[in-house]
Amino acid sequence: MIVFKKPHALTDAPLHYCPGCTHGIVHRLVAQAIDELGIEGRTIGVAPVGCAVMAYNYFNCDMVEAAHGRAPAVATGLKRANPEKNIVFSYQGDGDLASIGTAETVHAAARNENITVIFINNAIYGMTGGQMAPTSLPGQVTQTSPYGRDVTVCGYPVKICEMLSSLDGPEYLERVAVNNVKNVLAAGRAIKKAFQNQIDGKGFSLIEVVSSCPTNWGMTPDKALEWVEEKMIPYYPLGVYKDRSAGEGK
Amino acid sequence: MTHQFLIAGFGGQGLLFAGKFMVNKGMLEGKEVTWLPSYGPEMRGGTANCSVIISDEPVGSPIVDHPDVLMVMNRPSLDKYESAVQPGGMIFVDSTLIDRRVERTDVTTFYVPATAMASESGITTLANMILTGKILKELGQFDEAGVENALRKVVSAKHPEMYEINLKALTMGRDYE
Amino acid sequence: MSKVLMKGNEALAEAAIKAGCRHYFGYPITPQTEVAAYMAKRMPKIGGVFLQAESEIAAINMVYGVASAGLRAMTSSSSPGISLKSEGLSYLAGADLPALVVNVQRGGPGLGGIQPSQSDYYQATRGAGHGDFHMIVLAPASVQEMADLTMKGFDLADKYRMTSMILADGTMGQMMEPVEIRESAPNQYDKSWAVTGTDMKRKHNIVNSLSLDPYELETFNFERYERYRKIEETETMAEEYLMDDAEICVAAFGIAARVAKNAIVEARRQGVKVGMVRPITLWPFPKAAMARAAGHCRAFLSVELNMGQMVDDIRLAIECSRPVALCNRAGGIIPSSEEVYKRIMEIAQNGGADK
Repeated sequence: MIVFKKPHALTDAPLHYCPGCTHGIVHRLVAQAIDELGIEGRTIGVAPVGCAVMAYNYFNCDMVEAAHGRAPAVATGLKRANPEKNIVFSYQGDGDLASIGTAETVHAAARNENITVIFINNAIYGMTGGQMAPTSLPGQVTQTSPYGRDVTVCGYPVKICEMLSSLDGPEYLERVAVNNVKNVLAAGRAIKKAFQNQIDGKGFSLIEVVSSCPTNWGMTPDKALEWVEEKMIPYYPLGVYKDRSAGEGK
Repeated sequence: MTHQFLIAGFGGQGLLFAGKFMVNKGMLEGKEVTWLPSYGPEMRGGTANCSVIISDEPVGSPIVDHPDVLMVMNRPSLDKYESAVQPGGMIFVDSTLIDRRVERTDVTTFYVPATAMASESGITTLANMILTGKILKELGQFDEAGVENALRKVVSAKHPEMYEINLKALTMGRDYE
Repeated sequence: MSKVLMKGNEALAEAAIKAGCRHYFGYPITPQTEVAAYMAKRMPKIGGVFLQAESEIAAINMVYGVASAGLRAMTSSSSPGISLKSEGLSYLAGADLPALVVNVQRGGPGLGGIQPSQSDYYQATRGAGHGDFHMIVLAPASVQEMADLTMKGFDLADKYRMTSMILADGTMGQMMEPVEIRESAPNQYDKSWAVTGTDMKRKHNIVNSLSLDPYELETFNFERYERYRKIEETETMAEEYLMDDAEICVAAFGIAARVAKNAIVEARRQGVKVGMVRPITLWPFPKAAMARAAGHCRAFLSVELNMGQMVDDIRLAIECSRPVALCNRAGGIIPSSEEVYKRIMEIAQNGGADK
């Protein structure tokens, strides 16, 4: 009896992520949702620039690599090209989605573009080696905020779910985390719902996944997960920020 | 045979429309035609103009630097373009709106109080077409079938009343002496 | 179909639709806004997509998305907007995606002005974005060519999997001339590389411009340039006007060529043997036509609405064997036929020595 196996929507390519990185978990959750909904053959993923840049090698569905921050615009084009058939998701980090691509994110949400956005918030630029992200916490030490993020100089973190929830456009906004089993299971449900919404033609769904980056945070993987619990989640509270069909909003 | 028209005045006087009518008429008669508007913010309230070329030969540049027919509907346009008209050319002046005479003596000038005529006849916005009617008459090109066909091209079928009043304006221009 | 009077911008838009384009993304900017307005009106009626994007950057990336799905897509803008699109142009090249991009140029640099210009020649033919790549650059000189070259541009883009750019100017966009827009079913091209869903029947397709392995990336670049070489051989277009016996060769494209034609006719009346080579493709540049001209012309005169950006291409094409003079205006001014005529006559009188 098989009790555990890799989702079909994931390829056999070995992931390049660092030990303890939570990208692997989120990849699996996305692939699992694709499997469970039976949509692999009609799904197109859009990979970002950042640590997940090579996500196109990891998913078995058709994939497009976008320019930094532009994934929601590319996904818009893909969805509009084949709206009846294709299920389109983007997978983006915090620098990509909340800094260089803020305009694309906000406007895809405002249009209620019928796409699914998976947003990895780990409060740091991982791929380039640990610089300050738009979501880095006040006081957080990074390569480009070596004395801690000074909010009088570089301002405050961008809270994407809170910000987008002020728009009339988006269908569904939820912030989840993957720092413990309970949260991982909840994240899986949220991601699946975000795909189901698209299948049902409901529109823009964004799942913000509060994640860890042990390498660039300079922590062991378990310490990093503790930091998620103690520092990240209090600043980025989990929950549903908007669920238009259910009439919910925070 | 080539006619180079320059139609100039304020934005909103229907200069581009008058030009459109002329090129449509030319095209229906099998001529080579071009129409080129000035564009941009100066269109709103400032001087605007439109170059129209109607020719038996393929048209090179669509830009009219030296018109043989100048139609002017405001003073700044007359001041600006009077000297550019080809010797022997024609200048058509809306004499309601332009308070001076043409100084050149090597051109033929026609003064038509088009704006006053239009407002007296209850077609205030059609001074442009009154002047156009006069131009066609003086060029010997006011054939009724040609005028009507061209008008049908430029007036929306949704507004048949527009066709009637434009035709009226053209005819008033033709008949003005 | 008989000829109808249309503005250049509208003829271009209608031709795109006739060529099978059902996805247009744009952002308002003078003097090309008619393209967007026309698409906004037409697309919903024919089951197409018109989307006003939040920025030029978003618009070109939406084009990237549709092109990835194997459908014909376009965006249009004017000079400052094209600068914003340059990131996308580079990615389209890197991912070998076909697309049509229209630049109805205005004067620059910076915000510049809104009057007609040709000052994006370098940008279009050399520096559209980072990296080694070219676009096919088509320069219409009439409303008819605004339509024809748009259709041609889509075909070339699909055939060679690259971006075609229509490099027009404010005059071409705004002017109205009789035009006949061809009615024919769009040509079909193999797009098995497109992402349309695997249907669980094939390995996944990946549209991508990233290659971290420099050897692989080098190979892609070499392959792309091999394709470019073929394009230079087979797709170069130019009009040669009164060139048979010409002793002076005017080189001009777009509106400059229209103005130059008047000047050439006038100079011919004065007995000066002058003709014109009008590049229709700016990349690939019509080197052979220029070289042929150098065989019997003693001088060249480049007429441009910029600071002389085409002059070096002429010099290279003729290997500097003849002087190349320049008659130009900038900032949105179009040289008059008199100015061009005067320069032709100067060259005719001084034997072609460059000044």
